[in-house]
Amino acid sequence: MAGATKDAVRPATPQPGPGSAAPPAERLPRLALIGNPNSGKTSLFNQLTGLNQKVGNFPGVTVDRKTGVAQLGGQRRAEVVDLPGTYSLYPKSLDERVIADLLYNPLSPDYPDFVVVTVDASNLRRSLLLFSQLADLGLPAILALNMTDVAAERGIQIDLAALEQELGVPVVPTNARKGVGLAALRIVMADRLAARPPAGRFWQPGAALQPLLASIRQHFDLPNDYLALHYAHQFGQLHFLSEEDRAYLAQVTEQQAFDSTAEQAAETVARYAAINELLLEVVTVTRTERREPASNRIDKVLTHRVFGYLIFLAILFLLFQAIFAWAQYPMDLIDQGISLLSAAIQAHFSGPLVRLLTEGVIAGLGGVLIFIPQIALLFAFLAVLEETGYMARVTFLMDKLMRPFGLSGKSVVPLISGLACAVPAIMGARTIESWKDRMLTIFVTPLMSCSARIPVYTVLVALVVPDESWLGIFNMRGLVLMGLYLLGLGSALLSALILKTVLKARERSYFIMEFPVYRWPRWKNVGLTIVEKVKAFIFQAGKVIVAISVLLWVLASYGPGNRQDKAEARLRSIQADINTPDAKGNYPKRLALEPAELERQVAAARLETSYAGTFGHVIEPVIRPLGFDWKIGIALLTSFAAREVFVGTMSTIYSVGQDADLGTVQQKLANEKDPHGQPFFTPVRALSLLVFYVFAMQCMSTLAVTYRETKSWRWPLGQLVYMTGLAYAASLLVWQLFS
Amino acid sequence: MALFRRSAAVAASQPASARRTANDLRPGESATVCCLKDPQMALKLLEMGCIPGTQVRLAGRAPLGDPLMLVLGDEEYTLSLRVSEAITIQLKD
Repeated sequence: MAGATKDAVRPATPQPGPGSAAPPAERLPRLALIGNPNSGKTSLFNQLTGLNQKVGNFPGVTVDRKTGVAQLGGQRRAEVVDLPGTYSLYPKSLDERVIADLLYNPLSPDYPDFVVVTVDASNLRRSLLLFSQLADLGLPAILALNMTDVAAERGIQIDLAALEQELGVPVVPTNARKGVGLAALRIVMADRLAARPPAGRFWQPGAALQPLLASIRQHFDLPNDYLALHYAHQFGQLHFLSEEDRAYLAQVTEQQAFDSTAEQAAETVARYAAINELLLEVVTVTRTERREPASNRIDKVLTHRVFGYLIFLAILFLLFQAIFAWAQYPMDLIDQGISLLSAAIQAHFSGPLVRLLTEGVIAGLGGVLIFIPQIALLFAFLAVLEETGYMARVTFLMDKLMRPFGLSGKSVVPLISGLACAVPAIMGARTIESWKDRMLTIFVTPLMSCSARIPVYTVLVALVVPDESWLGIFNMRGLVLMGLYLLGLGSALLSALILKTVLKARERSYFIMEFPVYRWPRWKNVGLTIVEKVKAFIFQAGKVIVAISVLLWVLASYGPGNRQDKAEARLRSIQADINTPDAKGNYPKRLALEPAELERQVAAARLETSYAGTFGHVIEPVIRPLGFDWKIGIALLTSFAAREVFVGTMSTIYSVGQDADLGTVQQKLANEKDPHGQPFFTPVRALSLLVFYVFAMQCMSTLAVTYRETKSWRWPLGQLVYMTGLAYAASLLVWQLFS
Repeated sequence: MALFRRSAAVAASQPASARRTANDLRPGESATVCCLKDPQMALKLLEMGCIPGTQVRLAGRAPLGDPLMLVLGDEEYTLSLRVSEAITIQLKD
């Protein structure tokens, strides 16, 4: 490492960094972006890579790994990895643990050639803690000095040349929001490709630790003491170490009575002391007027005991309007487009393969695309709330209310979004850092009554609840509908309360967070968030949805043996008989069916004899205690694709043996008679079915997205079993108590 | 004090009432951090810049009294933390 001492201003021995060798020619040089939360890291990543982003997974964990390709100066390119925001190299959450796995293992395929540290210029002291640790690890680094505008507003002047001197690495002032300084950063980065580690040493482990560090260094052949120290602190959490390596580290740290907590605290305090001293010569603060920063004044309104909640309520209302009402227009367009496409294909081709394509694959694809408007709108809102810094205040306002249920302030927005659709809501739970809080939120969100339940609710409520008012003010139907929503909310909160006691936290979780200063949203970030989330949904959850959709189509279209054909032939022959006089020349005393009605009856008969119909008959003994018959059983199966399918299936299956002119589903259901000639859909039976739909996990898209978000089938299966069980128990209770 | 559950890991280095904590500040009142009680919590507080000798000001509380907002240093930045976390920050008299 010749030349590394050139900019050294501290008595330091330059040490070869593990990543300092020039990258092999066959792959792009790799750089990692690292920095405090809210230091403008994401903006910088977006500015550097634009739409050239890929979201993958860090090996072994559920943390998203965002990478992209950046154009550097001089026609050179580099791969950029965006690391989770952190305050130090000692991880406090699962997300932050990814950083340790990446930076402490030179053999990792992701090991960066150098790091770009984003630093908040208005918070230089705290930001430099992380930088100083990275520098002591011997990683080649560039410091991107961000938010210089905020610093200037506060009268903070930074002597860049002095800072560069003190730190021993290039310092590039940037404004990632406006893209200022990006060109300079690109050039410096291209320059750094054959980089060397920073020379400054901020802190050295004390002499008492030397024997321990020396043995670890020797055992693992590590380039410096500080890396050895991190092995001693974190060996239990480093995925790349073998069992023997961990056993060895456990033994040596035990032998030397290494107190990880005390050593970490001492190190952090010492680092702050060194940074304070360094900053004395770099930073001057001139403050002409002493007034509270604008952010604090805004906070007085937005976190006010009355206005705070009112404003939050207003924002929720707007959000709800957006995913409920505004999304309807593009959703209708997608729906129509899919129908037109299917119709066009069916008009020109026919055969079982074409039906598989149109009714299975394209319908499934439509079931995926239909969610895009809601996902895009919800994430547009979430991104703006996150970008402006308001989300942190929502957490602050709601935390105390949610905590008795084991949820945190951050669970509020996903839960409320679940009223529109659980799919984007579950994706939105990503903002919750604590693993346990996030799993609880994901698990209970589908219990919130989503918009797909509305068709089911309205049909059944209108069927049995009179359109009258209660006390002259409240519409009865409205009251029942509200009751169903409250039932959903109550069950979500109670389920969280129960699950809270079952689920063990994986790590100690902290609520403490920094309040970001209020800023205008960066629209580029908002746009990229939308693109990223929509892509993630289509390519990851979409696969599962199309597969299940095709499976359900097969079940509803085909039956065992030739039972379907026989049923159809029987219907058609009866119809044909009507027009044929018998031996005595008399016509049968039955009315001839309209051709359309005949087709409806044929469709119903085919559905009854299909696999789905067989399924309905098979499960009838199981659902009979709930007051359901096999026809409802079929609807339960087909509406697993999406709850609103319930209405269509009920319409088909209940058209058997009814007059042709009965148009709506509601009339068909009202006309259905039980064996005693009484109306089949009594209020209690309808209530039992309603309660079933409040609780049941009747949505494959939600299961698919839960799988994508938790990266495990345990969670979606748990939801399916728990919610179906809950639905069954509740319906059983209703039917057995009141019928 | 019945409003919150105490963290199990709070070290009993001092009698509980010996020192005021960040939770005892009145809105708008400033004080200097003396020491941090809970060792695990201390690590988090330290790396977020809440080190002994730092000035803290209680900027306000959430409407239900918890969490609270602490402004660190010379109006540098604001932290939001729960009461159960704030009581681990002991203040100089």
